[in-house]
Amino acid sequence: MKFNYRIVIFALALVFGIAFSMPSLFQTKEGKKITLGLDLQGGLHMLLGVKTDEAVKSRIKSIAASVKHYADRKEILIDNLSFTATSVSFEVLDSDDIASFQSFLSKIEGAKVVQNGSTFVVSFTPKEIQKIKKMAINQAIETIRNRLDQFGLSEPHVAKQGKNQIVVELAGIKTQQEEQRARKLISRAAKLELMAVDEARDARVYNMSPADAAEYGDVILPDAKHPKVKYLVHEIPILDGSMLTGANVGFNKNNKPVIDFKLNAEGADIFGDFTGKNVGKRLAIVLDGKVFSAPNINERIGGGSGQISGNYTVLGAKDLAIALRSGALLAPVYMMGQRSVGPSLGADSIRESMIALAGGFILVIIFMLVYYRMAGLIANIALIANLFLLLAIMSLFGATLTLPGMAGIVLTVGMAVDSNVIISERIRELIYEGKSMHKAIEDGYSNAMSAILDANITTLIAAVVLYVYGTGAIKGFAITMSIGILASMLTAILGTHGIYDLLEKKIGKSKNYKFWFGIEG
Amino acid sequence: MEFFRYKSAIDFMGKSKKAIMLSITLMLLSYAILLTKGFNYGIDFAGGTIVQVKYDKAAPIKEMREKLKSNKMFNDASITRFGSADEVVIRMKSTSKNVAEGIGDITRKALQGTGNFKIRRVDIVGPTVGNELREKGLMSMFLAIAGILIYVAFRFEWRFAVASVVALIHDVSIASGLVALFGIDVNLDVLAALLTLLGYSLNDTIIVFDRIREGIVESKKMTLRETINDSITRTLSRTTLTSLTTFFVIFTLFLFGGEIIHPFAFTMLVGIVVGTYSSIFVASPILLWFGFDVKKYHTKLAEKAKREAEKNRMREQFESGVM
Repeated sequence: MKFNYRIVIFALALVFGIAFSMPSLFQTKEGKKITLGLDLQGGLHMLLGVKTDEAVKSRIKSIAASVKHYADRKEILIDNLSFTATSVSFEVLDSDDIASFQSFLSKIEGAKVVQNGSTFVVSFTPKEIQKIKKMAINQAIETIRNRLDQFGLSEPHVAKQGKNQIVVELAGIKTQQEEQRARKLISRAAKLELMAVDEARDARVYNMSPADAAEYGDVILPDAKHPKVKYLVHEIPILDGSMLTGANVGFNKNNKPVIDFKLNAEGADIFGDFTGKNVGKRLAIVLDGKVFSAPNINERIGGGSGQISGNYTVLGAKDLAIALRSGALLAPVYMMGQRSVGPSLGADSIRESMIALAGGFILVIIFMLVYYRMAGLIANIALIANLFLLLAIMSLFGATLTLPGMAGIVLTVGMAVDSNVIISERIRELIYEGKSMHKAIEDGYSNAMSAILDANITTLIAAVVLYVYGTGAIKGFAITMSIGILASMLTAILGTHGIYDLLEKKIGKSKNYKFWFGIEG
Repeated sequence: MEFFRYKSAIDFMGKSKKAIMLSITLMLLSYAILLTKGFNYGIDFAGGTIVQVKYDKAAPIKEMREKLKSNKMFNDASITRFGSADEVVIRMKSTSKNVAEGIGDITRKALQGTGNFKIRRVDIVGPTVGNELREKGLMSMFLAIAGILIYVAFRFEWRFAVASVVALIHDVSIASGLVALFGIDVNLDVLAALLTLLGYSLNDTIIVFDRIREGIVESKKMTLRETINDSITRTLSRTTLTSLTTFFVIFTLFLFGGEIIHPFAFTMLVGIVVGTYSSIFVASPILLWFGFDVKKYHTKLAEKAKREAEKNRMREQFESGVM
């Protein structure tokens, strides 16, 4: 008897399939498992856009702040310091100081400086703008990832999609509160700014329009606790959260949670300079455009630490500290798309698609048995092996199973038996022509092969296109279908042939066409 | 058990004129529906918001409408049943860019006092994303057809390729027409179903074509028409069986797979019926009308065999060191 390599490969495939699909089937602790898509296990999927223009603006703003700080420190008189979304302009009053400013500005990376007499206009080169925008996206991804990692959800997934979109996937969000907290944490700019209150004009703040304020280089900001209370502050901040080194939850003397923050050396320096020169005036601690407190400066504050007090719960303070620690979002994010599925709907989807899968499977199996008898049984064994193999391969790759993916498996069941139908029909034909059963089997396989291969390859073409151009859940469909088709070539073609080879002697002796191939009369 | 046993070829091609008339009528009707009624694009392609709400009793739709009026956001909202009487879907064209405040929470607040309910699903697709998906969708359809055309041309002959692609266009057109007629929500999964349908319908066609090719090569006496009839008859059993088994499983999916999978299952069901029909009555007649020249094909095959033989002879000579 010659070596039956087919049955050996089939047996190996079956053992492999059973072994590696176990972790997924029984959800064992060890081993690689299929991950369920968000549509099946429930969770939140968000596609975020990034307002990159805001990142450019905030860089411009920080240049304005450093110009002001430089002028103050060197005691250079400047006038008309103002900024737009893309440029900063100012005038140096004493022409002796122009050279000093020229050298200061030339050190700013990527800046394009246009000088007209004593007036300077600073903007960014197009290349620098590209860089800032790109950085803003990467920084947003990094920041959101950091925040979510500290938030304590299992395996948050944050990734770039396309050029300037961010995908955030949060599996296992179970409650509405969790979802709310996660959303706040992701979207919070966490932009801390220390700003000087314009003491000369603050008394008139309630009679001012934003345009009036802008004329003095000021902005009107609301109080965080009492939105009706307004402050008039200088638009160019003294310093911002980029100089923060730490933020932790502490408690004030009333035992209310507060956030203690610490500045780096440069920040502490600027902070010390400013407080030293502005004793008696107020300093506004501004977070995301709201004034959290505006204490009086009693003396020069060195050391560079401060406190944000607000009406926080401990949890709220904790989330805010996470956001501050992870850094501010250079550019705000906005929602481009969202898919969220509640855990109960996910469970329903699993149950319903399992019923459909089992129902379809049983129907096909019974049908094959009735129609083809033994040949049907052999095809059914191959079909079962096919399912195991599909699950095993998906488990090993850690593939994601989605609801359309379930449909793909259901479809694979239908298509996998197709190969066996084609082969069995060929065999029947050859038997009608008077060939011996053994010969009919051999020729049946070889005759059917080209048709089966062509049929499978064209379906694969469609599946690959779906994978490349599909998104999210649809990719899952393409994956299960492709793997299912590939696995069926091993089980339905090679595997069943191996089983016939194994039964060769019995088939050779038998004349019972009905038993083997369900042929009547 | 047996459905058919081959006795003699059934004259399918004799009925092909009627069949093609039927196909053309159906295609024209489909295009008319697509042009007038059009697809009922779901949010994947049109953009918009979907909120799925499940009550612990029958959903009080009237009351819900009243409540939703209080918030401007729901101005264009429509509420429809989703599967059971307890479950509804709120559809809106508008989308929110706000990350911090979820539509789910807003809906929950707006619906307060209408009974016990759970928000089970919130899908938002922004307008830019919708456009992108639509472009990608069309592109994928085009690429799949092109890829299949190239493959079949490579494996068979260009006339086979064109005939099978015409059949594919026929299937996709009619399936799309029915999807539009029944107002099925066209989302990504329907696109996936249409693409799968391409692969599936082509399977049927290829099985028949494979037989035709075999018939052409083997029997030199039969005309093309006879060969086609013979091949279709010989594959009829397989065609019916596979269509039936696939139909069974998709039908169970349609019945028990749940509301979300409905559009996919519907499209597939329609596709299986149309795809089976087209491989017999559309693809094959076209092949016949192209006037596939059997004699020429034989000469070509003979030449190819001759070239191969020549090449082998040369190689043998080369290897044995004659040259």
